[in-house]
Amino acid sequence: MMTRTLSQDLYDQLEGYIDSIEPTEAALIEVLHEAQHIFGYLPMEVQLFIGEKLHVPASKVFGVVSFYSYFTTEPKGKYVINICTGTACFVRNAESIVREFEKALNIKTGETTGNKKYTIDCLRCVGACGLAPVVMVNEDVYGKVTVDDVYKIIAKYTE
Amino acid sequence: MERINNLDTLIQMQKEFENIMEIRKSTVTNTERRELLICGGTGCVSSESLKLLENLKDEIKKHGLEDKVRASITGCFGFCEKGPIVKVFPEDVFYVGVTPGDAANIVSTHLVQGRKVERLLYEEPALKKKVDTQHEMEFYKKQKRIALRNCGLINPELIEEYIANRGYEALGRCLLEMTPKEVIHIIKTSGLRGRGGGGFPTGLKWEYASKMDSPIKYVVCNADEGDPGAFMDRSILEGDPHSIIEAMVITGYSIGSNKGFVYIRAEYPLAIKRLKNALKQAKQAGLLGQNIMGTGFNFDIDIKYGAGAFVCGEETALIHSIEGGRGEPTTKPPFPAEKGLWDKPTSVNNVETFANVPAIIINGASWYNKFGSDTSKGTKVFALAGKINNVGLVEVPMGISLREIIYDIGGGIKDGKEFKAVQTGGPSGGCITADQLDVKIDYESLYSIGSMMGSGGMIVIDEDNCIVDIAKFYLQFTVEESCGKCTPCRVGNKRLYEMLTKITEGKGTEEDLETLRTLAETIKLTSLCGLGQTAPNPVLSTMKYFHEEYLAHVRDKKCPAGVCQSLLRYTISEEKCIGCTKCARVCPVSCISGKVKEVHVIDQDLCIKCGACFDACPVNAISKG
Ligand SMILES: Cc1cc2nc3c(=O)[nH]c(=O)nc-3n(C[C@H](O)[C@H](O)[C@H](O)COP(=O)(O)O)c2cc1C
Ligand code: SF4
Ligand code: SF4
Ligand code: FES
Repeated sequence: MMTRTLSQDLYDQLEGYIDSIEPTEAALIEVLHEAQHIFGYLPMEVQLFIGEKLHVPASKVFGVVSFYSYFTTEPKGKYVINICTGTACFVRNAESIVREFEKALNIKTGETTGNKKYTIDCLRCVGACGLAPVVMVNEDVYGKVTVDDVYKIIAKYTE
Repeated sequence: MERINNLDTLIQMQKEFENIMEIRKSTVTNTERRELLICGGTGCVSSESLKLLENLKDEIKKHGLEDKVRASITGCFGFCEKGPIVKVFPEDVFYVGVTPGDAANIVSTHLVQGRKVERLLYEEPALKKKVDTQHEMEFYKKQKRIALRNCGLINPELIEEYIANRGYEALGRCLLEMTPKEVIHIIKTSGLRGRGGGGFPTGLKWEYASKMDSPIKYVVCNADEGDPGAFMDRSILEGDPHSIIEAMVITGYSIGSNKGFVYIRAEYPLAIKRLKNALKQAKQAGLLGQNIMGTGFNFDIDIKYGAGAFVCGEETALIHSIEGGRGEPTTKPPFPAEKGLWDKPTSVNNVETFANVPAIIINGASWYNKFGSDTSKGTKVFALAGKINNVGLVEVPMGISLREIIYDIGGGIKDGKEFKAVQTGGPSGGCITADQLDVKIDYESLYSIGSMMGSGGMIVIDEDNCIVDIAKFYLQFTVEESCGKCTPCRVGNKRLYEMLTKITEGKGTEEDLETLRTLAETIKLTSLCGLGQTAPNPVLSTMKYFHEEYLAHVRDKKCPAGVCQSLLRYTISEEKCIGCTKCARVCPVSCISGKVKEVHVIDQDLCIKCGACFDACPVNAISKG
């Protein structure tokens, strides 16, 4: 068995959740959601743990994790900058916002800065199309974002 | 809340809350009492509408008006462009763009002094005149709200308010007064067709499922809403979750099922929260779970979460995802109605389809099929977005023209720009041009002009958008979302995308256009599921209607809209340049030469078209094109 490097506390939390539901294959996606919520991402050791608990082969767990874009196997930065590139935002120039963030933080979309502070990601429609283009930083939503706003937004998350 | 065990108790409850509804429906106006509703949908919540609600409540208390005035949240009014919205009943006053700081003003001026707050009223752009009430607004005049009947009218977090507007009455009538056959008959004759995109008659689907001989059957609500830029289903779930629950129980009763699932995108946290809350309330009230309304009928609903895969909106893929696996589609037949979830007969319906059901049961099939066109009955909700003045959610009778939606309801194109096209049907649909604006919208007419109804996304594109770039955007989407199971979709769409990229980079040839078309046709014919079969539509339809623009890219190496970076050419005007050297200093490749106070020149061979100089020039001496 693979040695676990992540905190036992977090594993206990996940185990508690799995024990509270019916541990079947049908619950796999729910459990992965919960695990990502707890750990922030789904590294191999967590996937193996889930496989054992649900009696699902590890290959199946990995197959599901890799299929759905919502699941990530890499840890993200403290601040995840999600730029909406849904159609409404796209036609209102979301691309230039993406480029500006990439320039400002010197990373590409999908990457995390060296100090683990920022991650740039794109997502498809947060449902606030009236505010297009939309940027989310963790839970905060910014609407009608302009290229000039990019620096102002980053400046709010320097802690 | 106590259990509701018969229709009488339910009707009794309706009466109890009648006084609230009377004010909100403005049937009673000579009263001191006021109802304030504030939009609590995702868009407005991100514009601080909840803080606004808090402030309003504080101000109401401060002025000692608690006995006369109530303020609460409601579902989306649809007028998202100018949110947050505060509506005051019974006078039907509609305040737009309200900030938390405006609360004091609304309470002291409107509620205490009885004068409207002029500056927060909506100004009709065409008339340059403030509009006092909602029903006078052009945005609402041509709309007919059936699926959205409760959005902007009730508080979605209170089952009492849903019941007050005849909620769960349809369920009561079905369970207590009708046979499953009779229910199906009403839905069949109403002409309701699936709003998830396919347009399959809902009553027929239920009938197939009902005829299947199986002790276990399932009802599934498709709330995956994958079309980026569409937010109809989210708004319904956020604004009226009980209508979906009620409709699912009715479906269960009709087809003989005791178990339902709502498959919802994990990206919709607010909708999930409201739905969970509603499920709990419905259970407590005995409208869900065991022995519903004392009839002995049982029905339960679980929530299942999507995880960011567009293809999971396709019903067979969705079913595999609920089963806990990869969301890969399988061939139909067998259709889910015969062999669906865990191989049991399953009726999969879309959120908006469900939202219509209780209204049809209560008002009757002949009421419903009065609205709409010959083949498409009722209304359709569209999410209007893109380069349009009134971005928002609109519900219109089928058969209305696009012109009415875009100009009368949508208020025309943003910033006075020229209309170019509108994309319906999302990544599966096509574009509709200015020449086709008078086509009456229904399933068949949209299909005949190379687009489709889709789930209701309607993206308006103006002269500043490049049509090739738009097609490329959709293709990029489908390439990322293809599940990879079948080759035409997995590889073919990738090739289409690469060719479009080549064209936008100025490396395309006229032959490429031919290849593009042939390949697109082949993918349509040979892909396994709806995703692959429709993915080339944006390319084919834009090529058909905007051939000139494609030619400009491949023959003249020009992007008429000035979007495709590689095809741009930046030049400095000799007349305008004042020789400030700003451009030369910002140019990352140092390809601008010139002395101080002399005209500068760009070396076109070295220019990487980054646009930095264009932005830096203080006298707009640099042009692109
Ligand atoms: C690629 C693809 C994506 C789809 N996405 C959705 C969706 O997001 N929501 C939806 O209700 N139907 C979607 N559908 C249609 C469903 O397969 C199915 O027809 C629908 O849920 C049936 O419900 P209805 O008859 O009420 O429309 C999609 C179909 C395809 C091929
Ligand atoms: S058409 Fe595309 S999405 Fe559908 S099964 Fe084939 S590869 Fe998967
Ligand atoms: S567009 Fe960019 S690379 Fe070209 S001249 Fe201007 S600053 Fe230099
Ligand atoms: S497309 Fe960006 S919020 Fe909908």
